Amino acid sequence: MTTLPQSTDRKLGLVIDLDTCVGCHACVISCKGWNTENYGAPLSDQSPYGADPSGTFLNRVHSYEVQPEDGLAQLVHFPKSCLHCEDAPCVTVCPTGASYKRTEDGIVLVNESDCIGCGLCAWSCPYGARELDAAEGVMKKCTLCIDRIYNDNLPEEDRMPACVRTCPAGARHFGDLGDPASAVSRLVAERGGIDLMPEQGTRPVNKYLPPRPKDRIAAAPKALEPVAEEATGFLGWLDRALDRLPGGGD
Amino acid sequence: MHPARSVILFTTLSGLGFGLLIWLGLGLPTVTGWSAFAFFSVAYLLAGGGLIASTFHLGRPERGLKAFTQWRTSWLSREAWCSAATLLVMALYGAGLVFLEARWALLGWIGAALSLLTVFTTSMIYTQLRSVPRWHMALTPALFLSLALAGGALLAGQVGYAMPLLLLAGAIQIAHWLRGDGALARSGSTMNSATGLTGGPVRAFEPPHTGPNYLLHEMVHVVGRKHATRLRAIALVMMVLVPAGCLALPFSHSIAALAVLSHLLGILASRWLFFAEAEHVVGLYYGKR
Repeated sequence: MTTLPQSTDRKLGLVIDLDTCVGCHACVISCKGWNTENYGAPLSDQSPYGADPSGTFLNRVHSYEVQPEDGLAQLVHFPKSCLHCEDAPCVTVCPTGASYKRTEDGIVLVNESDCIGCGLCAWSCPYGARELDAAEGVMKKCTLCIDRIYNDNLPEEDRMPACVRTCPAGARHFGDLGDPASAVSRLVAERGGIDLMPEQGTRPVNKYLPPRPKDRIAAAPKALEPVAEEATGFLGWLDRALDRLPGGGD
Repeated sequence: MHPARSVILFTTLSGLGFGLLIWLGLGLPTVTGWSAFAFFSVAYLLAGGGLIASTFHLGRPERGLKAFTQWRTSWLSREAWCSAATLLVMALYGAGLVFLEARWALLGWIGAALSLLTVFTTSMIYTQLRSVPRWHMALTPALFLSLALAGGALLAGQVGYAMPLLLLAGAIQIAHWLRGDGALARSGSTMNSATGLTGGPVRAFEPPHTGPNYLLHEMVHVVGRKHATRLRAIALVMMVLVPAGCLALPFSHSIAALAVLSHLLGILASRWLFFAEAEHVVGLYYGKR
């Protein structure tokens, strides 16, 4: 049913630390691996070894450069997957009921056997979290590894999304963001976690922790400044000699 | 947005087809027998052909009937209901005109209202998307409805109505372009809001993959904006000015055909721009806005 629940018992989601992410793309690979081998249609690739490879991914890592007015440019790695929004526009637009938000934990899922592949949910998502699989013709999205987090056959430490489990930097956290006492909620409160594109009115569950302020270098390194106004010695002579040639000097 | 041929054809043809059904339902013109058969055939070929074209962009068209289930929240589902209801009601009404030479006026009015509603639901599929600011405004349904009414009047030979409606549609089209040009800026979505990064301008340093992907292909279409101004002029001339000029001339079948053909080509150009110029905010993540 594509009517959104009034509220959900829990709000399971991710907290992504932009200060810690090193941009290694390990989460991208583990996500692709787990979700190709497990729940739903595999994440296909088109001509993976050809000249123009492409494929379906539920998690992609962008890199951005922020240029402060005073100071050096900063590089920020930015993993992006479904934010499991409370006001998920992708759910209400679905004509078949394939797209839904679970009342018990707030996870947004696609029932692939009901999906007609019209693509409207992907259009409605401002974050680009949904991708239509070119081989299967159905919409794919992050399931928050629903087949891991409730999976009693896995050791307890593995019952979290594959991306969180694999992150070598500890930049990804998983938990209940509806519970103010949970570790993830406290992390968000402590670090001033933010919503992406709040003006789109989607109320995302996933939060991003902004990069901490960087150390500032007080002055530009000396090595970059000229050490002498007038050149002396052999190089000085060479400089003046070359200036005297036709076309030299300025 | 990617200007997919199937969706451009669908919105153009079905808009005209349902537009013609509005006028036929109102009894303008009141036709019976073979001439009713001809008018209804044109309307059903356009409306039905458009609907069939729309299924070509589905990944799983064989499950299409499931699209009737979510009318409570989904404009696409509502459109499925409205178009099916319209085609059923108007088939009954048309059968009366063609075979019994009887005009069941009430049925015609219901059919006309349903036709108008179908065009409205089509427009709302686009208007509802906040992620595409150029579409997310009241001018979008106004544009679709005025074009359907004007095109329908043109096909129905209602010269008196067609002229002012064409000019109205042209004015709404111009307003849609002008308001649309500033829509992304007014939406407040920027690379800073998309990434939540503050402290300076944000530049996309490295995309997630070296290759293209579904998002880029579907929603970050950047071709064609180069010729946007020229295409707008072409669309406006063919969609409004040529047909309006033809209507001002004394009636002849060849001039009427020219007016309809020009109007159709003009709408195709306008609809192509409607998609090609629409900026989806996901493009911000790729530094393409």
